[in-house]
Amino acid sequence: MSSATQSIGGRSRLVGTPHRTVAVLRHIALRGAAFIYLGALVVLPVAAIITKGFGDGFATFSHAMAVPGAWAAIRLTLVTATVVAAINAVMGTTLAWVIVRYRFPGRRVLSTVVDLPLAIPTLVWGVMILVLYGPNSFLGKAFDALGVRVLFTPLAIVLALCTVTLPFVVRNVQPVLLELDDAEEEAAATLGATRRVTFRRVVFPAIRSAVIAGTLLTFSRCLGEIGSVILVSGNRTGHTLTAPVFIFSLTSQFRFAEAAAVATFLFAISFVLVLATSKLVKTREVSE
Amino acid sequence: MSVAVSTQVAKTRRGRRTMIVLAVAWVALLLLLPLAAIVWTVAKAGLSSVAHTLTQPDVLHAFQLTAIITVITVLITGVFGVIVAWVLVRQRFRGRSLLNAIVDIPFALSPVTVGLAAVVLFGPGGWFAPFFAARGIQVIYALPAMILVTIFICIPFTIREIVPVLEEIGLDEEDASRTLGASVWHTFFKVTLPNIRWGLAYGIALTTARAIGEIGAVLIVSGLIQGKTETATLFIYRAYEERQTAEAYVVALVLAAVSVGLLIVIEVLRHRQEKERTRT
Amino acid sequence: MSTPIVVDGISKRFGSFDAVRDVTFTAPAGAITALLGPSGSGKSTVLRMIAGLEEPNDGRIFMGDEELTIKSVQERQVGFVFQHYALFRHMSVADNVAFGLRVRKESKQTRDGRVEELLDLVQLTPFAGRYPDQLSGGQRQRVALARALAPQPQVLLLDEPFGALDAKVRQDLRRWLDELHRELGVTSLLVTHDQEEALELANQIVVMHEGKVEQVGSPGEIYDEPATPFVAGFVGAANVLHGEVVDGHVHLGSIRIPGAAHLDEGAAAAAFVRPHDVVVTNDDDGTDAVIERVSSLGWLSRVALRLPGGETLVAHIPNDDLHGATEGSTVRVDLRNPKAFMAPERDDEDETASLVS
Repeated sequence: MSSATQSIGGRSRLVGTPHRTVAVLRHIALRGAAFIYLGALVVLPVAAIITKGFGDGFATFSHAMAVPGAWAAIRLTLVTATVVAAINAVMGTTLAWVIVRYRFPGRRVLSTVVDLPLAIPTLVWGVMILVLYGPNSFLGKAFDALGVRVLFTPLAIVLALCTVTLPFVVRNVQPVLLELDDAEEEAAATLGATRRVTFRRVVFPAIRSAVIAGTLLTFSRCLGEIGSVILVSGNRTGHTLTAPVFIFSLTSQFRFAEAAAVATFLFAISFVLVLATSKLVKTREVSE
Repeated sequence: MSVAVSTQVAKTRRGRRTMIVLAVAWVALLLLLPLAAIVWTVAKAGLSSVAHTLTQPDVLHAFQLTAIITVITVLITGVFGVIVAWVLVRQRFRGRSLLNAIVDIPFALSPVTVGLAAVVLFGPGGWFAPFFAARGIQVIYALPAMILVTIFICIPFTIREIVPVLEEIGLDEEDASRTLGASVWHTFFKVTLPNIRWGLAYGIALTTARAIGEIGAVLIVSGLIQGKTETATLFIYRAYEERQTAEAYVVALVLAAVSVGLLIVIEVLRHRQEKERTRT
Repeated sequence: MSTPIVVDGISKRFGSFDAVRDVTFTAPAGAITALLGPSGSGKSTVLRMIAGLEEPNDGRIFMGDEELTIKSVQERQVGFVFQHYALFRHMSVADNVAFGLRVRKESKQTRDGRVEELLDLVQLTPFAGRYPDQLSGGQRQRVALARALAPQPQVLLLDEPFGALDAKVRQDLRRWLDELHRELGVTSLLVTHDQEEALELANQIVVMHEGKVEQVGSPGEIYDEPATPFVAGFVGAANVLHGEVVDGHVHLGSIRIPGAAHLDEGAAAAAFVRPHDVVVTNDDDGTDAVIERVSSLGWLSRVALRLPGGETLVAHIPNDDLHGATEGSTVRVDLRNPKAFMAPERDDEDETASLVS
């Protein structure tokens, strides 16, 4: 509750004293700076994309989606994002649980390692996957012998995406778990509930919105991920070409309007999901 | 520990062990194995190969470019991040929630889209193209565009780290400072800034890691001019595409090493932040 | 160096909520003035307006001859002590105390001397190098006080300074603040909701309720001569009896309570009687009451009485006067020092005919 903003709204006849004028100007200047910074650097580019892609209605979008492999790319991206989000929801929660609730040697190391994808460039992850599953490595040769192809398949895409999104659910759930009061779970135990039942009935409802938020973040990230995917997927049109790489190929062909149309489409999906989930989370929290 | 226990207790213990094994295996498979693989591969190629790569002018230039972009990005997102965080937490105005929502937009966009936006704005036929062309300033396919897209992508980090800290600290110390005669600036630098320093540091660390690792957007706006507009990540991409795998791996490993170092810094910062939070 | 504070007709509105309404009073130089009231009464807001942390929508504030309202917080030279200390968590105790001096660009010598002086005053000299999180609540508040006093302010403002502390610590600090004030003589304004604290510490009390000033007076005046029903009910325990004004008395049933001469004939009135003013008597003037419950409090007892009309009273009666009377027995009581007021609005919860404390 800053005093200067209070007086801006009030019927104060005291406006005009030097220190107050300075305070008001300062507030306006800071707010202006914030708006200009975000306006120029965030709003403007987004507006540019939307205008470029849908400036003349859906015509550009239809052209873009008429390119062979376009719909396949969208489909592939949506499917892999869903799969990875689901996997992450489970494994991320498991990881968070293990790190918070259990004591074992190497726990702190595990917690630190989980953050690696936040630090190491996505392209580097792609390269490392190439090396690990490539023809020259132990693992790569083993898979070859089994007749399993990892690289340049949708499996590689899922693998890469799981890698770079690994921390998201974990980091969202961890603080919530830390804050949980043991007392509720202890009460459930004294009433005869097994660990599984306690988790389902007592713990999970409490962490549900954190899991959802993390899963959504994962999904959203997968929709746009390129660095880790572009090298390992092989980018075969219709098979392993994802939407972001498709957009990239359009830009390489200088088909900017079409690229913008597809990009806006992806952004819209992300955006709608974010809105829906934040509303879902909010109504849940209100009723709790 | 050979104490007799009930079947349910034993089952719980087995379950716990399973979960731990599962979690560790997941992390090992996805994160540690790939790291091990590249370390092994580069080690096999030998120190001379590493030295050879790291002394190439293209490689050195790439590192330099990454460093320049990162430093500028950190400076701008740092300063403006503090301003935006301040405005969001300490001011009340219509449009505040809108501003808040805008901050999160970069997280929802693919970097490819960001690069595309830069092309639309500054590329041939773009909205601002005539303005810059008239002044002879090259934006797209040059450093300025690369900096701009990296900034866009890194905007949320500092803001999202500072906002909760500012909210938690509250106004009292700042009020006290003013009653003791300190001007608003004095209060900000001597009282507020020290109180948010861990949040800011953490945000900067995250920004640094992200800026170093940026590929999608710069891939589009750089023009991939070897030796001139190639960052470290772009070098890796091009080198790999041109089958210069040995060099790609070396540079990749260097970036991985730098990132791991950064991660250790991040962990230390977070640990200190936690310690301080539980102390006060 | 002591100046009076004059608050003249200040108001403050937050959105549609009137936190402070046309408040006027003077805090005499060198005295402790308490702003007493329940939470939400606006007392903290008044204090913050004096400090400059809030801007009044109307009215003016003066320190001596100077108008404060046109000055910024920094210019006002007021010392402010916050309920939750507001110590600078990243600075040592010494640096905290020195802060105001550093702002004024005092020399290191002056600063160090003054810090030493103040730490000695608040008896925390060995803690100079410690950090706030290493101190107890009581110690932190003493540091906060030292910090506020360091730049030699003309006025000291304290916003519920002991509110966050344990009862025992609160007592100790209260006593200690009293002594400190005697020694320094700085004009002080203390916001509190604890009437015991106000009665004990203050030279003058300003009772506030719902943004308005109910009464300004010495502790004795506030306690013995409450000017409004709210003050009568809020300060000190009180029984409230509702009746009608007849011939200068409040009539309820067969009981006649004097002291209503200033009220309109026939009006609905409320009479306030303190528990210790309900005395056992042999007079014919007294009223018979039935004892409902007796709890011994040592040398006196808390006695719940029922009057003939069904109203209940709480009395504090010395055990000697009870003569061993127990539940069910009847005693004759006299109601001394009643304060009669026009009956306030019946929607106040504390206006039921029961003990108000």
